[in-house]
Amino acid sequence: MRHLSTAFALLVFAAGAGCASAGARTTNAAAPAQATATQEAGIGPQYPSTYQRHPNPPVLIRNATIMTAAGQEIQGGSILFRDGRIVAVGANVTAPTDATIVDGTGKWVTPGVIDTHSHIGVYAAPGTFGESDGNEATSPVTAEVWAEHSFWPQDPQIPLAIAGGVTTIQALPGSANLIGGRSAVLKLVPARSVQEMKFPGAHYGLKMACGENPKRVYGNRGGPSTRMGNMAGYRAAFIAAQGYRQKWDKWNKDHQGDPPERNLRNESLAEVLRGNIYVQNHCYRADEMMQMLDLAHEFGFKIRSFHHAVEAYKIADVLAREGTAVSIWSDWWGFKEEAMDGIYENAALVQQAGGRVVIHSDDASGIQRLNQEAAKAMYHGRRAGIPITRDQAVRWFTANPAWVLGLDSLVGTLEPGKMADVVLWSADPLSVYARALQVYNDGWLVYDRNDPAHQPKTDFSLGQP
Amino acid sequence: MIAFLLAQTIAITGGTVYPVSGPKIENATVLIRDGRIAAVGANVAVPAGATRIDASGKWVTPGLIDGAGQMGLREIGAVQNTNEATLRGNEVAASFNVLEGINPASTLIAVNRMEGITTTLAVPNGSLIWGQAVLIDLDGATIEAMRVKSPAAMVADLSEAAKDAGGGSRAGVAQRLRRVLNDAREYATRRADYRRRQIQDLSASAADLEALQPVLRGELPLLVVANRRSDIETALRIAQEYKLRLILAGAAEGWMIPDEIAAAGVPVLVEPMDNIPSFDALGIRYENAPLLAKGGVKVALMETTTENTRDLRQQAGNAVASGMTWVQALRAVTLTPAEILGVADRYGSLEAGKVANVVVWTGDPFDFSTGIEHVYIRGREIPLRSRQTELLERYKTLPPKY
Repeated sequence: MRHLSTAFALLVFAAGAGCASAGARTTNAAAPAQATATQEAGIGPQYPSTYQRHPNPPVLIRNATIMTAAGQEIQGGSILFRDGRIVAVGANVTAPTDATIVDGTGKWVTPGVIDTHSHIGVYAAPGTFGESDGNEATSPVTAEVWAEHSFWPQDPQIPLAIAGGVTTIQALPGSANLIGGRSAVLKLVPARSVQEMKFPGAHYGLKMACGENPKRVYGNRGGPSTRMGNMAGYRAAFIAAQGYRQKWDKWNKDHQGDPPERNLRNESLAEVLRGNIYVQNHCYRADEMMQMLDLAHEFGFKIRSFHHAVEAYKIADVLAREGTAVSIWSDWWGFKEEAMDGIYENAALVQQAGGRVVIHSDDASGIQRLNQEAAKAMYHGRRAGIPITRDQAVRWFTANPAWVLGLDSLVGTLEPGKMADVVLWSADPLSVYARALQVYNDGWLVYDRNDPAHQPKTDFSLGQP
Repeated sequence: MIAFLLAQTIAITGGTVYPVSGPKIENATVLIRDGRIAAVGANVAVPAGATRIDASGKWVTPGLIDGAGQMGLREIGAVQNTNEATLRGNEVAASFNVLEGINPASTLIAVNRMEGITTTLAVPNGSLIWGQAVLIDLDGATIEAMRVKSPAAMVADLSEAAKDAGGGSRAGVAQRLRRVLNDAREYATRRADYRRRQIQDLSASAADLEALQPVLRGELPLLVVANRRSDIETALRIAQEYKLRLILAGAAEGWMIPDEIAAAGVPVLVEPMDNIPSFDALGIRYENAPLLAKGGVKVALMETTTENTRDLRQQAGNAVASGMTWVQALRAVTLTPAEILGVADRYGSLEAGKVANVVVWTGDPFDFSTGIEHVYIRGREIPLRSRQTELLERYKTLPPKY
């Protein structure tokens, strides 16, 4: 009932804050994941990941129902992983002598949950001004800011998300700005620094926002104050970035004279134009998404995913044709005008049209139950006569978000060679009664519901009630 | 026409009936007549001319009751002009009753009742004393038709959010609440002096002090928002001092002191999926509702996101996943809230004589695989249509049929 006094306001604020952006480049699944520096065109390595896989003995989960998110639901199946990699999945898997055996009888296994849209770490608990680091609301275009520079690894919301089976997140700047900044794609593991969490090889996303939020925030502060003002703002920013990119591309080619002066804002946008940073676009209304697709065509980039997209079902055919994913809720609607037309069947209708559906959270509570939200969307779709499969519903919170982050060759399904991001559930994960029992991130047991030794607490929570 | 409607008799037959007031009954009949439940049982004779609803293989329960929200009082959260829940400028708004702010035409009503929520508490919002909450059925063209009980509770806040009303201190909040209650007592014995202005200044208006009299008499419950353990204990202390009928709402750290709460006989409204720590409740956790229930506290559940009051089902399912028994959880969204709000003589269970708020489900009401077959509110079958089903219909095949 906190909510009666504050959360309504918080919801509006969070929804205002909420907006996605992020991206990452496809990595070769055959090569072991290793820390690689992000290489900006013409600029040296910057802010490298220092992520290291945590040692863990090989694990064999046996006699479980395994939902691979790659087309299979294996009854009485086993999964073996070693050194952070999935070795085998199937009905008959032999246990190596050094493997820890986990009895999966009556339990279920899925890939680790991936959230394309989170603000944990940048809007950390306990939620005071001290942790309000998600919106650099000082200018409508702040492509120069990076979410990783706000991210607090001791956010007590992180262990809660881990306990919900989440292994990878995209932490995004908020949606106050037209262009809010770069996202951080992170392994959700206990760590002292964000660098230790950065997904090796992942490329950045760029958070953009449509509609009500930017015009509300800047309407009395110099604009934009209208949707047409929003559009003019994106266009001006990308026109500047085009010129910047040309200068740098030329210099990178011929190395004549001094390098051009660096500009962090244009650097991010130029990387979008080169296809190295994925656009993650907070946008609710169908008509506005159509405008943003036109913008992308004008400047020659792709929108990797629309986020929130409560009206995606109205243009599901277009989204499928454009190859733009949608990161959506199962049932949020009505908290603001541009969210009025949300319906339960949004996910199912986009799926049916051949689009790519992601169930996202934008919420520190919702991130703990993305499996439940996917189930809600699947069953409502089915009741409307849209035949969504269980595998598709699991892909909504595993394989498809992996694609949105460009990590689909590395994570998101249970297949040999993939990173061992694995969740053991107490029951069918598409039931309200399921809880994550064990969560493995890159083979490391980061959470065990029945073993306090594997229930990480952040520093903040020590000595608290 | 009215007579015809009132005379309607409906027999829901063959389902597994969960009366809540007693154990489930297989292959049972629920007979509805004139908006009331006429009979429930395995051997109920179906009168000739009754409309028969075959519920074989289905589950039949009372309509769900949400213990909190602002149904009818807010259409779009972010649009101030569609919000009626707050009386601005009065920190002690005891005389503020939200009933006439309720919009029976709100689109939120159809969206939520077709998911099995038939009754909700419409709660004001505010500062120290928010005003009077009213219990409504989610059907009816007028507020008179929707009203179940008005007022159903006086609402006050002892959480962090109320601190401004106490000069910035929790101690100030508690002292101010006591002063208001003391003044209300004094006012009751000196109304004539008050009118003649032969009394020291009181800390609230006559209307607000008058509105507190039923609370002081123990007739109207005082619903107090409190989350931190010490705030819950303050609420218990004040309730004891003034002999109030207390309901705790939120009670995030209640799991630490179930014995104290149970011993005081105080019921609690809990939101089971709420577990994000704040300085108001660093000890908040999923297991709150189950631990309170286990400790003997009377627990009702709530979903405070008004537009998705329908997620009360998911709240209940998660309470079960966190350790509540399924039977406790069903009671916590039906009969227990009815008891807490003083309407258990009419609501909350499937018993002869009670108001016919009945839901026929394809299965377990809490699980996602379950659909809704029929919803009855006061015996009227509710069309399973809303603005959202109309949008679905329009856009199911593209291009849309405008």
